[in-house]
Amino acid sequence: MTDTLTKTIFGRLTWDSLPIHEPILVGTFIVVALGGLAVLAAITRYRLWGYLWKEWFTSVDHKRIGIMYLVLGIIMLLRGFSDALMMRGQQAVAFGSDQGFLPSHHYDQIFTAHGTIMIFFVAIPLVVGIVNFVMPLQIGARDVAFPFLNNLSFWLTVAGAVLVMLSLFVGEFARTGWLGYAPLSELAYSPDTGVDYYLWSLQIAGVGTTLSAINMVATIIKMRAPGMTMMKMPVFCWTALCSNALAVAIFPALTAAFFLLILDRYAGTHFFTNQLGGAPMMYWNMVWIWGHPEVYVLVLPAFGIFSEITSTFTGKRLFGYSSMVYATVVITILSYLVWLHHFFTMGAGPSVNSFFGIATMVISIPTGAKIFNWLFTMYRGDIRFELPMMWVVAFMLTFVIGGMTGVLLAIPPADFVLHNSLFLVAHFHNVIIGGVVFGLFAGMVYWFPKAFGFKLDPFWGHVAFWGWTVGFWIAWAPIYIVGLMGTTRRVHHFDDLSLQPYFIVAAIGAVVILIGILGFVMSIIMGFVKRDQLRDTTGDPWEGRTLEWSTTSPPPAYNFALTPVIHNLDAWYDMKTHGYQRPAEGFRPIHMPRNTGAGVILSGLAFTLGFGMIWYMWWLAALSFVGLFVVAIGHTFNFNRDYFIPADEVTRTESQRPQPLEARA
Amino acid sequence: MTDRALEPGENGAITWHQVEEEHHDHGGGGATILGFWIYLMSDALIFASLFAMFGVVSGSYAGGPTPREVFELPLVALNTGFLLASSITFGQAIPHIEAGRVGPTRFWLAVTGLLGAAFIAVELSEFAGLVAEGAGPQRSAFLSAFFTLVGTHGAHVTCGLIWLVTMLVQIGQRGLTADTKRRLMCLSMFWHFLDIIWIGVFTFVYLYGVIR
Amino acid sequence: MSTSPTETHHAHGDTHGHGSPRGYRIGAGLAILLTILPFWLVMARPLSSPGLTAALIFALALLQIVVHVTCFLHLDTRSEGGWTLLSFLFTTVIVVLTIGGSVWVMFHLNANMMPMPNGPMH
Repeated sequence: MTDTLTKTIFGRLTWDSLPIHEPILVGTFIVVALGGLAVLAAITRYRLWGYLWKEWFTSVDHKRIGIMYLVLGIIMLLRGFSDALMMRGQQAVAFGSDQGFLPSHHYDQIFTAHGTIMIFFVAIPLVVGIVNFVMPLQIGARDVAFPFLNNLSFWLTVAGAVLVMLSLFVGEFARTGWLGYAPLSELAYSPDTGVDYYLWSLQIAGVGTTLSAINMVATIIKMRAPGMTMMKMPVFCWTALCSNALAVAIFPALTAAFFLLILDRYAGTHFFTNQLGGAPMMYWNMVWIWGHPEVYVLVLPAFGIFSEITSTFTGKRLFGYSSMVYATVVITILSYLVWLHHFFTMGAGPSVNSFFGIATMVISIPTGAKIFNWLFTMYRGDIRFELPMMWVVAFMLTFVIGGMTGVLLAIPPADFVLHNSLFLVAHFHNVIIGGVVFGLFAGMVYWFPKAFGFKLDPFWGHVAFWGWTVGFWIAWAPIYIVGLMGTTRRVHHFDDLSLQPYFIVAAIGAVVILIGILGFVMSIIMGFVKRDQLRDTTGDPWEGRTLEWSTTSPPPAYNFALTPVIHNLDAWYDMKTHGYQRPAEGFRPIHMPRNTGAGVILSGLAFTLGFGMIWYMWWLAALSFVGLFVVAIGHTFNFNRDYFIPADEVTRTESQRPQPLEARA
Repeated sequence: MTDRALEPGENGAITWHQVEEEHHDHGGGGATILGFWIYLMSDALIFASLFAMFGVVSGSYAGGPTPREVFELPLVALNTGFLLASSITFGQAIPHIEAGRVGPTRFWLAVTGLLGAAFIAVELSEFAGLVAEGAGPQRSAFLSAFFTLVGTHGAHVTCGLIWLVTMLVQIGQRGLTADTKRRLMCLSMFWHFLDIIWIGVFTFVYLYGVIR
Repeated sequence: MSTSPTETHHAHGDTHGHGSPRGYRIGAGLAILLTILPFWLVMARPLSSPGLTAALIFALALLQIVVHVTCFLHLDTRSEGGWTLLSFLFTTVIVVLTIGGSVWVMFHLNANMMPMPNGPMH
């Protein structure tokens, strides 16, 4: 009787779900628990709970939400990179008779978690965070189109991240690789909680990402300042528009694929099973229809960041604005035509493979056009090699090589040799790190002073830069080589001892990258410690050209006291060179949206729904599901969602600003 | 010299700021219709994926029931009639919504809701019947895809019905305000969108399934 | 396409389409006709060729979708400065690529990877 009661309440959650026999996990748990408790204690000690709830967690301000996304991304970067260090460590020692310190059962979870976390909980949040913070300022808006939805999107992503992190200590994670291919991910071959953690965490986070993308597209279309036509918009906003439009187009395919796999695992359907007519390859097909455009969703904003920084630090207008816009749109469309190159070897045949191979090669052309535009912008420019510009140069040198190995892989006969080898792994790390990660670091260094009012510490910023750029090549050049020699990916032990030196070098490279990551963290800490010396007093520390630099650092809650009117591309540069004077009077009350806790509550319920479904605690899942409807509908009865900032408060805030900048030639 | 929001050409100075009208709101109020439309596009893509899945396994009967054996076209025709009628009755409500006439609005919304509920009831009985005769979603990939595609559409209609009831309550409490009108326009778009998806369903799943 | 970011002509700043009662009536009539026709074609089978019947019902479905989109959803080049039309066309392209591309790829995979009659590796 008590046994059935326990099973009803706890589903398949038992004491055995806790990994008390795995020393690495126990050790990790102790460190995380102690660290977490220390953070909670500090917040309580300094009485910050009220402040955090009122000013940050319930905030619908795009600037606050953007910063929270970045904090999430950086924390998850530390987790995802720990997985990388463990893999490099294992692969450096596990040769011949030495089985290493990670059995395959554990190793498989690590590479699955590494990929899942890096894409969904590092790259996406960091990109969304930067777009969130910067884009509304660049278009002269006061917030995004749907501020509450913005808050909800963030917390849904957090709910997904918490589920993934929980899988470390309660139950297991998937062992299927970061895309969860069927039929391995079906119940017959992965009966434990692993794939369920994967599916529910990504499904919940995916809803957040989709809603955020809709929000950004609507914002860019509807909320540009008067006079800012589409072709007078900063290039970063064009890349944000195309990236988010692409995200709206592709996340439904992932949602559907995961939904069908969930049905297979929970309802006994036969979409991707091996029996009764199931078609496992359709899972691959659907997931890659999402997966390939997804990398362009990530890299297009990075390209936008590079455009802004190149133009600012060469003191010139970006070369070929129109061609940059067209290239971005072409990449957006073409990215939807290449997905099969991820499974050339699965037997589609020559006609299908040729189409997708050629389309893949074609997509490198608009990307190349962008590189030339950046080079032409730099040509005869007055280049200032500050940290953001250094990241741009590192990107150009690193990403281009990765792109070239991509074109190599695009040739189906070559891919038949290299598919699922370490050459492939080196290629995609080359483009993602060289393109997306370097772009994110460039953007964070560039816009950090706008967000916080002081620059990051330059010395530690340089440590971060060199750690990453040098470390990247030490880590990945050997991997390219062993991949070309035929080494397979996702292998936790090797028999061929002649490969070991390469993996040792790669492990050293990973440690150098670790120095880079720690350097970045230190640049934040030391920036804060030395903030008075690094203070941005003018709001325009880099001699910027776009509207965000016309505000204070940090900007006031309402961004712009008066809606700017735009006359040209590079609007702030235009204002500076035409004798713009900041008004000191004539302000009106400003209409603002209220904070709300509904996003946090809904995401909490989404989390308990996911947890209940994973552990077969049906009562918890059902209550959460009903709760979601009740809270969501209840929220629609709240009509008290806005307020006005009085005009005299606006006047007071504006009068505290430093004197206007002198017009610069 | 302070710059105030000048009209273009006044003193030859450039206009750098816009004069803010008293109630001029550049906020989300103007973006909701477009934002909801973009959401509908994303929902259309979920259905496209489900249609693609169905297209791939529509012949995978696994030795089990085929469309001709399980689809009752007269019932489908009735259901299609219910849904199309509900789209038309919602259209009847629109002029009343725009004119602010609460009574007729609630009447036409209620009729729409009843037709929608009839659609769901018929669909649920169809599903129950199929499961009872061993043609449930676990029997074959074809049936899995059928139940999921049609069932997802039905789930959307159900959400639309919940939304509709909520709107009836809110109109009863607050009348036809800017907020309730905007929400009803979104619901209208949602409702018509679901009828469009149903066109794909009855053509591609039911009618085509029976003749292929 | 209008690129002006602020339309200040309406109290609520909306530029979505408004239907006329006549537009609704025409749409309703067409939709009813375009529903009865395919059901009749399949249930009464006046045509002997199933291929022709299939092609016709698909064409009628496409037509009815256009009727719904123009008469009930009021989609046109003016609505929301042309952005609803653009996003609709973009979505249509993606739908065609998703369904068409998936069926094309899966058909080839299925044909090439079909189990051979005499067992594996023959």
